[in-house]
This record gives sequence, C-alpha cells and structure tokens, in this order.
Amino acid sequence: MNEPSADEIMTVVAARELRDRVVCFVGIGLPSTAANLARRMHAPNAVLVYESGTIGAKPTRPPLSIGDGELADTADAVVSVPEIFSYWLQAGRVDVGFLGAAQVDRFGNINTTVVGDYRKPKVRLPGAGGAPEIAASAKETFIMLRQSSRAFVSELDFCTSVGNHQGGDSRDMLGMTGGGPSVIITDIGVLRPEPGTREFVLTALHPGRTEAEAVAATGWPLRISENLTATEQPTEAELSALRALKAGVT
Amino acid sequence: MAMAEVMTLAEAVSSLVKDGDMIALEGFTHLIPFAAGHEIIRQGRRDLTLVRMTPDVLYDQMIGAGCARKLIFSWGGNPGVGSLHRLRDAVEHEWPRPLEIEEHSHAGMAARYVAGASGLPFGVLRGYSGTSFADYTDTIAEIICPFTGERLTAVPALRPDVGVIHAQQADRHGNIGLWGIQGVQKEAVLSADRSIVTVEEIVDVLDSRVTVTLPSWIVSAIAVVPGGAHPSYAHGYSERDNGFYVAWEEIARDRETFSTWADENILRRQSAGVS
Repeated sequence: MNEPSADEIMTVVAARELRDRVVCFVGIGLPSTAANLARRMHAPNAVLVYESGTIGAKPTRPPLSIGDGELADTADAVVSVPEIFSYWLQAGRVDVGFLGAAQVDRFGNINTTVVGDYRKPKVRLPGAGGAPEIAASAKETFIMLRQSSRAFVSELDFCTSVGNHQGGDSRDMLGMTGGGPSVIITDIGVLRPEPGTREFVLTALHPGRTEAEAVAATGWPLRISENLTATEQPTEAELSALRALKAGVT
Repeated sequence: MAMAEVMTLAEAVSSLVKDGDMIALEGFTHLIPFAAGHEIIRQGRRDLTLVRMTPDVLYDQMIGAGCARKLIFSWGGNPGVGSLHRLRDAVEHEWPRPLEIEEHSHAGMAARYVAGASGLPFGVLRGYSGTSFADYTDTIAEIICPFTGERLTAVPALRPDVGVIHAQQADRHGNIGLWGIQGVQKEAVLSADRSIVTVEEIVDVLDSRVTVTLPSWIVSAIAVVPGGAHPSYAHGYSERDNGFYVAWEEIARDRETFSTWADENILRRQSAGVS
C-alpha cells in the first residue's frame, strides 16, 4: 500500500479521537470524512448528526454537501433545522462538535467568516453556518485543519466560533453550556489545551514531522508539551478503510 | 380564508413579488426553488432583500443578475466546492451593484424564522456571546432571562414579504406535502406575508412518505414545475446534480462567463413549469 499522505494521516488521527457511541455533530469536509472513517473502524455505533437535520446518518461515501439525499435516506431521524439546533444541540444532547476552520488562534477560537477587514475583506469566506452554536453547546469540540502560519494566527480577523475565549476561565464567564475545544488535529501533529491557561500546545507529532516544522507553521509562539508523543503510523486497515470510504466502496 | 391558487410560475412571480420586497427562497440543500429564482431574474425584479440561511448557487445567480440590494444569511458558500464568486464580487467590488449584508449563524436565522412564524417580535437562543457578530450585525442583542437571570441572545423576527419554496407534491385541494430534509421550508412560508410553492406534481392523495404538510389556506400560489429544484433535488423525484455545483465554480468565477451563462440559461429561456 502507498505511503499515507499528510491529509490521510490527519484524517486517521482525527477518527481515532472519536469513541464508539459518541453523538457527534459533524461539519462537512475533513471532519465528515474522519467521522465516517471512525464509524467504519472502531466506532460503528457513533451517531453522526448533520446540520441539515439528519440524526444518525450512515452515508456510504463522504457526502459533498450536508444535504445530500443519502444522509436523509440512512438517518434514524430527519428533523427541521430549528429543531436540530434547539432540541438537539442547544439542549446539550451532542457529545462532540467536529469543526473545520480557516483560522484558529492559540485558544481554539475559530474564524470562518472573513480574512482582512470585515467591510473591505481580502477574502470573504462562507461564514458561520452552524459552527458558533456547535462550539458553544457541544460537550466538547474537536477542530481539524491543515497547519500553516496563515491559518494558525496570533489574532483572528473575526471570531466566528468561540473556543477557550481568552484562556483561563474566560469561556466559563460567557455562560456557555458546552465545554469548548479539547483537541486540534492538523497535518503536522496534535494540539491540546494546557490545564489552567487552556492555551493549545503541541502534544503529538505525526510520523516524519519535526517540532521546528510545527513551530514554523504557527503564527503564535507555539509551546511544546513536556510529554510530546509520536503519532502511531496509520495501520493498513485504517488506510484501506479510508481509501474505500473516499471511493464510495461499502 | 383563501385557498392556494394554482397558476403558472410566471403569473405567481408577477403577481406576488414586487421590486423592493424582502423575499426568502428556502431549501436546505434539498428542495431549493431554483426555477422560481430564475423567474424572478427573468422578470427583472430589483432592490430585493434576499433572505436565506444558505445562499448558495441560486442566490449567487440572483446577486450576479443584479436583483439584490441586501442579503440576510448565515452561510454563503457552494457546499463542498468553495466560494460563491458572484456574492464575493458584490461584497468585495460592488459588482454589479453594492450589496449590504446582515450576517447571522444558522441557529440565529432559525430562531428568527420561528419567531416570524409564531408572530413574536423576537427569538431567543444561547449564542453569539464572545463572537464578533454583534460588532457588525445590529440585529443581535443581549437579553436577561426574567426567570433565571441568565444572559441570552435575542434576534428579531424575520417577516419576509414573500416566502418561496419547492415541494414534492400538492393535492387537488392545494395542500402541500414534502419529505426528506425539511430545512426551514415550513417557517419560510409561515413567517411570510405571501407565499409561492412550486411542486413536482399535483396528485389525488399526498404520498405516505410526506412528513411536512402545509394546508392549502396558508399558501398563496402553487405552480407545477417538475424539476423546479434542479440542480438541487426533490427527494423521491430527482438526485442532487453535484456535477453542476462543481461546474458552477468555473462559470461564476468570471463576470463575462457568468453573464453569458445567465443570458443563455435564464434570460432567453421560456418560463419554466406547466401552464
């Protein structure tokens, strides 16, 4: 089997974070692929919730959009958009919110709205979607994105979704019911919040990656955990499941 | 109470949609009323305030065609593909005209529709605190719960002049039935002053798969437009044309390519649907 690509390693590592029977509110793109891989591997009973109102969707391939017909066909329940956000997410029934991001800061706050000035943007991004309330109300949040100094910034141009806010107990002061981000998975390694400050620090490096690479790809002075670990290489089973998933093979 | 009137799509748009109206064309990836949007472009409506949670390819087309003055939304992208180039061109370079934006999250928009459908002045949710939204969007306000003292967020009701949706079926009495992903189809009709529903077909009895029914007397106009959601889809009737969404990236990237496409595929086309 070919060597895994950086994106494949990131996806496999993200999938490993999801335990079986977790109720996971999934963003489209990389998080959706990782969640579906987890369901095919060690978490067959994971409940995937999409913002289109599909609860317990079991797609055979990564959907292009959150509203693909297959999500509704395979779901345990299909509810309206107001219901998915109020009864299911806001009421605290989601264990893990799984989000992507365009920019993230050291406290796991996310920007998916705009690069540059809001009124004269350099790049107008799609915006919030369901992310702000997923980040606010899920019991914990996983974030997944490719690591670069453009994406890992010292200051967000716009805060779309709140993570650990300004660190320490500042998130708790905002009255949010969810616990906030607990992991950021990238193509270089894994970051987790340091107890107390709740600043994200590098806790694992993927095969072939270096601390210097991680530091160079981070726009704030990235700190390295004293207990830095090495990511286990994706297994053949994980890789073949991921490739089959992307090819739509059941 | 008036029953829904069955008419052509062209008649429905010409009698119910006025320049300057606030209109909501809804459909959460599924059941997007593309044909109705194209008819609005074809009839040259201007200065519209467009409301939609996910302004995707349809609103990219309407914005590029110059119909819109303002956009109220919560996610403006081409799902799974990338940017909306016509929306970005309007926001970044004011082409073909400036576009005011009022930006929310999905939960905020959903709360606003529910408030509108409920005849309440505002909706309430846990949300927005700590984010940058309130710095730029003035329809977000903190509110204190009078019972618990909790800090929550209030958002004003959406009350569109016209709500427009696509659905699978209407029966002979004009009752609307739809199934699959429901989005805010119900709220788009119930929050609006007037409504247009395009349907795949009129049937004697609504299908047993129907999960959302809108009684005839709540809908203003029904137009029979088979395939009226394309490139979106109608569950049980058609598949989402993912290829078109991917192709849109290239069509919309450039002003000229877009204008040529709109000319050939909307402006010079006959009105869609059964007459």
